[in-house]
Amino acid sequence: MTTATPPLTHVGPGLAVRHGLALAGRAIIKIRKNPESLLDVTLQPIIFLLLFVYLFGGALQGSSDAYLQVLLPGLMVQNIAFASLGTGMALNTDITKGVFDRFRSMPIARSAPLIGAVLGDVVRFVTTLTVLFVVATIMGFRVQTDPGRFLIAIALMIAFGLCLCWVSVFVGMLVKSPQAVPGTLVAFVFPLTFGSNVFVSSSTMPGWLQAWVDINPVTHLTNAGRGLLLGGDWVGDAAWAFLWAIAIAAVFFPLALRAYRRRVG
Amino acid sequence: MSYAIEAEGLVKRFGSTLALDGVDLAVPTGKILGVLGPNGAGKTTAVRVLATLLRADEGWARVGGYDVVKDATAVRGVIGLTGQYASIDEDLSGTENLVLIGKLLGLSKAAAKARAAELLAKFELSDAASRSIKTYSGGMRRRADLAASLVGRPDVLYLDEPTTGLDPHSRNEVWGTVRALVDDGVTVLLTTQYLEEADQLADLITVIDHGKVIATGTPHELKRRTGGQSLQVRPTLAVDVPAVAGILRDLTDTEPLVDADNGVLSVPVDNPLLLSTLVRRLDEVGITADELALRLPSLDEVFLTLTGHTAPVHEGSLA
Ligand SMILES: Nc1ncnc2c1ncn2[C@@H]1O[C@H](COP(=O)(O)OP(=O)(O)OP(=O)(O)O)[C@@H](O)[C@H]1O
Ligand SMILES: [Mg+2]
Repeated sequence: MTTATPPLTHVGPGLAVRHGLALAGRAIIKIRKNPESLLDVTLQPIIFLLLFVYLFGGALQGSSDAYLQVLLPGLMVQNIAFASLGTGMALNTDITKGVFDRFRSMPIARSAPLIGAVLGDVVRFVTTLTVLFVVATIMGFRVQTDPGRFLIAIALMIAFGLCLCWVSVFVGMLVKSPQAVPGTLVAFVFPLTFGSNVFVSSSTMPGWLQAWVDINPVTHLTNAGRGLLLGGDWVGDAAWAFLWAIAIAAVFFPLALRAYRRRVG
Repeated sequence: MSYAIEAEGLVKRFGSTLALDGVDLAVPTGKILGVLGPNGAGKTTAVRVLATLLRADEGWARVGGYDVVKDATAVRGVIGLTGQYASIDEDLSGTENLVLIGKLLGLSKAAAKARAAELLAKFELSDAASRSIKTYSGGMRRRADLAASLVGRPDVLYLDEPTTGLDPHSRNEVWGTVRALVDDGVTVLLTTQYLEEADQLADLITVIDHGKVIATGTPHELKRRTGGQSLQVRPTLAVDVPAVAGILRDLTDTEPLVDADNGVLSVPVDNPLLLSTLVRRLDEVGITADELALRLPSLDEVFLTLTGHTAPVHEGSLA
């Protein structure tokens, strides 16, 4: 059984992604076997949609129908942000399991389990977007543009979620129990998603808040989403949102990796 | 002699607990080392250090010639690990677990599937291959875990209490597998609380207690070092027992012990040459014996002598 192959001394980024994809496959099998693990990304968007459209729609936009049109792109962004909270929680639970010892005793990239967890979350993102879109369509939402732009909108939002995940992974590696992840991150996700133009236009807000809302990536992505789904400019906002997402990932991916190493050795 | 596993002066602290207190280990390539010790001795900690899962506070270790800290990735490339606690995914099926590991090790999807099927068949898990591990019995889990650690055809295999909780049949299967692997050149480090297991399988035994190596050697050496031998005879005919007892008393000046259940007489001896004298004496009086042997003490006695306490015997233990 002695192999003549030279020793593996370093696992490069290409292999890391390949290992990450294999581990994402594991995450997807687990979701398939425990569909109830998707409850947070299915129930919450529906409740938000119904609550905001029928409760505030009339007051804010004159009618629920009109409000639904402007709200949906923003709600998609918000729910992606909420869905990204799950990554750190799931990973925190997962690393305490024996199977993680096996992964760590194998010649795979250190980052692979993290990449796997984050890529596996694409399923959660697609689920939350699909649920929102289907329910909104039943309620009367209509895409005003073409399928191409619709797909660009979806892709942008998923990319945003993938970058935001690293914040959640970082926190997930720092805190002791999985339950502490959403608790800690609410302080981050609430200002991020509510302090935006998702629900109301920033024109009625005090100056300091307006300043935040205007640079908030959620605002830019919501604008891009509205442009892509309802018609209008979107490129500038999409570029801003994308840059933000890259910046967040650039800061939090290394932090998450370091915290992970410290946690599991 | 080349060593597949070498370690010197391993120290590991957990807060105020000294889990490893200067452990030295050496396993020649292609041999089985049994690490024997009671609960909390530091067996799992030692395995985790050697498997790159834990970094020792002091000391060094080399596996397959690679340093476990500096060349951790290379070490991971040559080892297989079956941890004390199930290290497979409960939610996945046996096949899914093994295929995932195959893919992580660089096998194509088809090759990973073939390898999974082969190993599951070898461990008699084919019928349960597509069921979640959750539904497996304890013994099936252990076997699936062992199968998982063999996917990559490791040169060095760690088995942390591989047969704890297995029934005698499964235990024999695992022993058989371990022997077959060693025949193929694999080096095995196995921890166990079962003295019989170490006696049966291991070429070398290291006894640790409180994080320290308290004895090391072949099973034979350990037995010889820690106790005298005994002469055991079982006459073919039960009526000969008193006559044989007389001969033994005569030879050793000691009253022999007679086990009424199996008709075996035994007496401690310090001179191995007495065996041939006994054979001659029995011959002279025309008594035949079914069993006639010079015995070393059991490892249980060795363990007791070395650690000052008896070996932990668990429910279902064969030891
Ligand atoms: N992660 C940890 N944190 C704190 N203490 C630990 C940790 N791991 C092990 N220990 C302690 O180190 C000592 C050695 O533990 P270890 O698990 O290596 O023993 P063992 O020989 O494998 O025992 P067993 O036969 O029960 O499996 C014990 O006192 C244990 O409590
Ligand atoms: Mg142990």
